[in-house]
Amino acid sequence: MIVNLEQFVARERPGWERLEAMLRRLAEDPWRSLPWEEVRELERLYQRAAADLARLSTYAAEPEARRYLENLVARGHAEIHSTRRQEGRWRPREWFLRTIPRTFRRQVRAFWLAAAITAAGCAFGGAALALDPEAKGALVTFDHLQGSPTERVAREEAVQGDPLRDRKARFSGWLMTHNTRVALTAMALGMSWGIGTLVILFYNGVILGAVAVDYLLAGQPAFLFGWLLPHGAVEIPAILVGGQAGFVLAGALLGRGRRQRLAARLRAVAPDVVTLCATAALMLVWAGIVEAFLSQYHEPVLPYAVKIGFGTVELVALAWYLARVGREGGDARGTEVAR
Amino acid sequence: MNGERTQVWRVRTPEGVAFTLRLASPVLRAAAFLIDWTVVTAGWGIVSTVLGLLHLLGRDVAGLVLTVGYFAVSQGYAIALEWLWRGQTLGKRLLRLRVVDARGLQLSLAQVVLRNLLRFVDGLPVFYLVGGVAALLNRRAQRLGDLAADTLVVWEPPEPLPDLTALTDDKYNSLRAHAPVVARLRQAIGPAEARAVWSAVARRDQFDAEARVRLFAELAAHLRQLAAAPAEVTEGVSDEQFVRNVVAVLYVNR
Repeated sequence: MIVNLEQFVARERPGWERLEAMLRRLAEDPWRSLPWEEVRELERLYQRAAADLARLSTYAAEPEARRYLENLVARGHAEIHSTRRQEGRWRPREWFLRTIPRTFRRQVRAFWLAAAITAAGCAFGGAALALDPEAKGALVTFDHLQGSPTERVAREEAVQGDPLRDRKARFSGWLMTHNTRVALTAMALGMSWGIGTLVILFYNGVILGAVAVDYLLAGQPAFLFGWLLPHGAVEIPAILVGGQAGFVLAGALLGRGRRQRLAARLRAVAPDVVTLCATAALMLVWAGIVEAFLSQYHEPVLPYAVKIGFGTVELVALAWYLARVGREGGDARGTEVAR
Repeated sequence: MNGERTQVWRVRTPEGVAFTLRLASPVLRAAAFLIDWTVVTAGWGIVSTVLGLLHLLGRDVAGLVLTVGYFAVSQGYAIALEWLWRGQTLGKRLLRLRVVDARGLQLSLAQVVLRNLLRFVDGLPVFYLVGGVAALLNRRAQRLGDLAADTLVVWEPPEPLPDLTALTDDKYNSLRAHAPVVARLRQAIGPAEARAVWSAVARRDQFDAEARVRLFAELAAHLRQLAAAPAEVTEGVSDEQFVRNVVAVLYVNR
């Protein structure tokens, strides 16, 4: 049987055009709330268009009418079955005080994995430098860290005036963007089944461990902690959070012990991955400011005790925020606006 | 893949109806990306010139704004536009491409952000090689960002209501006087065959003259055989007109 297309189009056209107009208005303002009567009308028109499409597909009219209806049904389907409006608008306070710490805790195993890999890298880098000091050139790739720690400390402490005069803000901007790139790359490499994330974290750990052991062996622990702690207390956990996001992604990709399909697994973790990336970026903005405006100033300008005290307070506050804030109601998804 | 040169992805709704999304070709996607890249680069060039006035406030502050601003704009451009314009950036809008949820639903903010952040790995090592290879190997043409966010990039050509004027010319249709022939045709011609005949009529201007004559001759011979019509129905009627008459009686009742 073949549909009498002329009659069919003439009969159904007003409904299709009405549905198209409603969908166009909704597309123009995604936050528009429809009155109850319009919701019912939209649903009725969509059902009718879907039935028309089924009829045309079965009884095969020409392709243009079918494509037109497919397009209409696809748009109606997205409007009727989606929950975009239910997600509501983004609330910064809710996001900061609930979503971030709850997401972090929900995925804390991935964070501990990132921390363990970085620690393993630190141990490797530290041991390699302690056993073979000549390996420093290969382990630490930054030019300003190639020389003797003792000479650097003497040089930095002898500086008169402001070493970063007229370039602190620019330097902080560079640090923010560079470190955010590293954190986001660690996250994105989760799509290599976590191998790329693992390599980045391990390599970061190697550099950190080698630099730390270099300064400790040179008898400069106060300079080391005074230099690294103020920004490192936030920067290093931020890179770990980027790695955490990467491992969450890799976990969904591998899907060990989960019965869901790949697309469903990835879809389930997407809000958490995005929240963790935003958290890392936020932390790195703060770390960039501290590194440029505080970390580069040493004794006698700024006592090491003050810098180490500041870094310790930051670390404790960060740990408290991530571990304790927003605990009421549990950490399960849905207890906060997960956007 | 269907018979056309476009790859399609079928989505089945809870109502049991299926619709197809036409997947965008890698070439179109690359062109849209180039347009967006040009827009960001040119736009930022203008903005940075204006921001250059910040040097009056101090080179240091200007340096911070320019460094962070470019990073935010280059990373945030696609995220902001795909969220506000329902899956489209300027480049995608110009080329009629759209990012859609693979289940046919609306995009969530998490999907938009994730697919764009994954450009960090899709862009490796150069010129989107990882993303390009992933899209070529994936049956839904997804780069890694699309795979992670469960999104597709589709091509949306304009879909006007069908133009029935091709069938409703006022010429005399010899078939209408022979109800048994019409009934036989309706019974013998299946939907797919009817669609093919319709397409030939609808696209007749796209064929060159020789191909058109040959095509309609073949179709008319096939339809005449199915219709088993008396001689007066087909006498003096050209092959193309006969095919048009058949399509008209199949699709339009008078």
